[in-house]
Amino acid sequence: MFDLLQKLFGRETSKSKDIAKERLRLVLVHDRVNVSPQFMEVLKEDMIKAISNYMEINEKDMEVTLTQTNTSQVALVANIPVNRMKRGALPAE
Amino acid sequence: MGEVIVITSGKGGVGKTTTTANLGTGFALMGKKVVLIDADIGLRNLDVVMGLENRIVYDLVDVTEGNCRLKQALIRDKRYETLYLLPAAQTRDKNAVSPDQMQKLCKDLAQDFDYVLIDCPAGIEQGFKNAIAGADRAVIVTTPEVSAVRDADRIIGLLEAEGKSNPKLIVNRIRPHMVKKGDMMDIDDIIEILAVDLLGIIPEDEYIVISTNRGEPAVVNPASAASTAYKNIVRRMMGENVPLMSMEAESGFFGRLKKIFGFKEG
Ligand SMILES: Nc1ncnc2c1ncn2[C@@H]1O[C@H](COP(=O)(O)OP(=O)(O)OP(=O)(O)O)[C@@H](O)[C@H]1O
Ligand SMILES: [Mg+2]
Repeated sequence: MFDLLQKLFGRETSKSKDIAKERLRLVLVHDRVNVSPQFMEVLKEDMIKAISNYMEINEKDMEVTLTQTNTSQVALVANIPVNRMKRGALPAE
Repeated sequence: MGEVIVITSGKGGVGKTTTTANLGTGFALMGKKVVLIDADIGLRNLDVVMGLENRIVYDLVDVTEGNCRLKQALIRDKRYETLYLLPAAQTRDKNAVSPDQMQKLCKDLAQDFDYVLIDCPAGIEQGFKNAIAGADRAVIVTTPEVSAVRDADRIIGLLEAEGKSNPKLIVNRIRPHMVKKGDMMDIDDIIEILAVDLLGIIPEDEYIVISTNRGEPAVVNPASAASTAYKNIVRRMMGENVPLMSMEAESGFFGRLKKIFGFKEG
């Protein structure tokens, strides 16, 4: 609907350079991850380190991936099974 | 000790050879001693662009295999006394040379020349690895197209992995009127995406075709729009802080990018 309105009122929404830039941005997110196979593993380890301060998680079944959302954004999606919360885990201010 | 600089791109046909020929000639115009190495073994081109194709006796592989001395294989330019070419072998393939051999060759040449420019083949295979092996720095050529910029990004990553960080970017074949209409990515966009320093911009220029026909790099012709652009890049590579030329500035490329980076910094 918003798109339609924009078109009706002649607002330029699709300069080809903007399309090019957007496509490039998306393709590079994936390229850059794939260039380094360790990238996801390193990220996962860092996430585990951080989260472990607050809860006990099931590292074995943890999933972290990059996906494309339907608004053509790239999203980092993490599915992290939690076994239990740690008590008094809030760090001191 | 001279500087060894590889001109590379990833994607084919974006202007590596043209850039190497023009920057090399540009250095010679500034009185520098410069040698151009055609590292595109099997697809020799730089000799033709320089108009030196009839003078080749020995080539790069002859040197690395010891069939001749290095000095014997160097071809002096027709016009400029301080400009030399080391041609690629045409009937061999990329595996005829190793990165170690290229490293030694570059080191030897850097003893005698102020600048050693290496024209890298397209791709990321052996030829690329050979071409970058002996280089101190890299210049990446791209065009304002999605595929070329994507490949440039890949090359930047590979260079980094080889310990050659901080490459500088040349954006070739810019058409100001298309940029103005919003139908060509502008320099800001490309620089932001690749996160590298800009070395310069070369406009699309018919004179490049004419000069390639003649075998005389466009940089020597003041009528060529690209000529000034090449000369500015040469001066930046020599460490001068040369502002963008008006063609570049006028086309509204520089919303945010206030400063152009000299080659020596960073
Ligand atoms: N600024 C320019 N304006 C017009 N034509 C250009 C420009 N730069 C390069 N060209 C043309 O583009 C073609 C490809 O250029 P060039 O051979 O330098 O690319 P390359 O990157 O070396 O290619 P390869 O990957 O095959 O080695 C040539 O025909 C050349 O004349
Ligand atoms: Mg070439």
